[in-house]
Amino acid sequence: MVWRPTLPTREPGRLDVRKTYKLYVGGAFPRSESGRSYVVTNAKGKFLANASQASRKDARDAVVAARKAFGGWSTRTAYNRGQVLYRIAEVMEGRHDQFSAEVAAAEGLSISKARSLVDASIDRWVWYAGWADKLAQVVGSSNPVAGPYFDFSLPEATGVVALLAPQDDSLLGLTSVIAPAIVSGNTAVVVTSFERPVPAITLGEVMATSDVPGGVVNILTGSASEIGPWLASHLDVNAIDLCGIEDPDEARELEAAAAENLKRVRRPAEEDWFASPGLSRLTQYLETKTVWHPIGV
Amino acid sequence: MSRFEYAPAPESRAIVDIKSSYGLFINGAFVEATDGKPFKTVSPASEEVLAEVSEAGPADVDKAVKAARKAHEKVWGPMPGRDRAKYLFRIARLIQERARELAVLESLDNGKPIRESRDVDVPLVAAHFFYYAGWADKLEYAGAGPDPQPWGVAGQVIPWNFPLLMLAWKIAPALAAGNTVVLKPAETTPLTALAFAEICQQADLPPGVVNIITGAGRTGENLVTHEGVDKVAFTGSTAVGRAIAKAVAGTDKKVTLELGGKAANIVFEDAPIDQTIEGIVNGIFFNQGHVCCAGSRLLVQESVYDEVLARLKRRMGTLRIGDPLDKNTDIGAINSPEQLARIRELSQVGEDEGAERWSPECELPSQGYWFPPTVFTGVSQAHRIAREEIFGPVLSVLTFRTPAEAVEKANNTPFGLSAGVWTEKGSRILWMANQLRAGVVWANTFNRFDPASPFGGYKESGYGREGGRHGLEAYLAH
Repeated sequence: MVWRPTLPTREPGRLDVRKTYKLYVGGAFPRSESGRSYVVTNAKGKFLANASQASRKDARDAVVAARKAFGGWSTRTAYNRGQVLYRIAEVMEGRHDQFSAEVAAAEGLSISKARSLVDASIDRWVWYAGWADKLAQVVGSSNPVAGPYFDFSLPEATGVVALLAPQDDSLLGLTSVIAPAIVSGNTAVVVTSFERPVPAITLGEVMATSDVPGGVVNILTGSASEIGPWLASHLDVNAIDLCGIEDPDEARELEAAAAENLKRVRRPAEEDWFASPGLSRLTQYLETKTVWHPIGV
Repeated sequence: MSRFEYAPAPESRAIVDIKSSYGLFINGAFVEATDGKPFKTVSPASEEVLAEVSEAGPADVDKAVKAARKAHEKVWGPMPGRDRAKYLFRIARLIQERARELAVLESLDNGKPIRESRDVDVPLVAAHFFYYAGWADKLEYAGAGPDPQPWGVAGQVIPWNFPLLMLAWKIAPALAAGNTVVLKPAETTPLTALAFAEICQQADLPPGVVNIITGAGRTGENLVTHEGVDKVAFTGSTAVGRAIAKAVAGTDKKVTLELGGKAANIVFEDAPIDQTIEGIVNGIFFNQGHVCCAGSRLLVQESVYDEVLARLKRRMGTLRIGDPLDKNTDIGAINSPEQLARIRELSQVGEDEGAERWSPECELPSQGYWFPPTVFTGVSQAHRIAREEIFGPVLSVLTFRTPAEAVEKANNTPFGLSAGVWTEKGSRILWMANQLRAGVVWANTFNRFDPASPFGGYKESGYGREGGRHGLEAYLAH
């Protein structure tokens, strides 16, 4: 058992220092360029924060940051990406109390239920971290072609992925859409739950202190319905996860917009975030590259 | 030095027996179209009408999809994988038995040289059925979980450039996985698909497992949007692929798309020159350049540009254009007047935009649709001939100085289907292969295909893979 100090109860009369809730783009914490913010409450309607309300311009800036980060992140060794993801889990563990309180407030859960969600979220980062240097062995192949050629297929990251995070599940669901996208070398633009963005904002702070290069994960608080169409039609976005879109007509429109540059689209579906994730979110954002070379003397 | 002249060496077309008209192949039998009109398919090399085929209307599409559904639920789905495998092996053998006939028929209907249909297309068709036959009773090892299930009915639309081969790429994995199919061959090349329907009959394939409906774009649209279709597979242009992706938005249909390309074929100064020249020629002039993965952008390192160009032009001068059934023919006919017009238009744009055009002297037949092998030099990245898919025997040549510049130029395209690298340096090959954003990288070779080798694109070249275990996954629910 690791020793931890027991902290004394905080001074009851102390006026606490509150945080400004901002976006996380390109490794920095800007406010929305639009100057907009919106009120976030807890599940009972009590004021929690004024979150930045991201705009079309913020989404475009985030895509630029994600594209800029893609070359470096996707060419890191898989071992290194795995360590960075594991580092995210480590840093989250240190903020366990904060996450638990925020998830409890956002989702209206008991603190013990919230704690189990935070546990599962941290464990999920660990699970995905381990995939970094195993994916190519599981989904790649050596191809026995009928001729004197060495032929192999490897998975590669698709590129910039837009993730419209689930609206209900503020941390475990969020983690479960981000981790599989970035572990293989993609970079991400995330639109958080509109009503429950606080754990996502804190996750941004974790990213910033976990050796995740700036731009690999960009977090926008605001409305997926408002920002989604700009990301779905953005020609420098390679894939989109429509998870956070609850209206089927809206999902259809976004999928149709995404067809413009043949984005890889993940349609919204019933999700059980506690279930074992399987490979499908990992392979969703992978391309297969096949390389041929003649064999001869 | 005088050259030996070639005597004509035509392959006999007596081996094929083309009927004057064909119905649709639905539920195991050829039937008249109920609400479509007949249309003609011609030989692009002679403009001779080969046969009349039926355009499937909406009611025909519906009938075919229902037949496929019934066959899926009653027969093909419940059938043990071992037996599905045996049917596929039978089909593979029948293709081998009728190989010469299929090759001649393909060359007649498509215009491609018999040398290619005989030595490339048809052997690969048989190989694909053999490969996927073996998967049918091993699906639990395909990577789609312990109890993989087929999607159900696959609606498949294929292009005219490799008619029978594209059919094999679509039908073999679909059937192996337990799906049934409705396939629409291209409007201009329906004959080998209809011959394949006969092969299904000879194999005693249960009715409805394979349905072949002929027609044009409207028929394809009706097929992929039909609510009874669970899985859509399309090979063709990026424009149509985009339209399909839009059309299926908001549905439960699964989609794989294999679309256009503008592949860079990159020649470094240390490349083995003779093989490289052959590779460039094969890359762009194979199948008249009607190849989505054609090496249509040649990137040559500046230091060897003059030598490569001189040798390339000399080699192009020896290419023989003409009768597709002549065994000595290297370049056959352009598949259709529409495609010929497109190639002419873009070539004219190339000239208008300032690139320099060159073709060897060659006599083109007076009948049919022909375009000489053509190379454009002085091409910049902004030129339309460097950006748009021409889908013809037209090569655009650009230059580079450093590997980084080669990568930058090669990746400067919305497409990402294939790329070629020519160099003797192994570490550079692997570095280039890593850097190139393309689904297939051929190093010191080009335009190689194999049923065991996954093929498909990045970016706007589509999604999903065909070939190998990856190709099977596209037909399994997971």
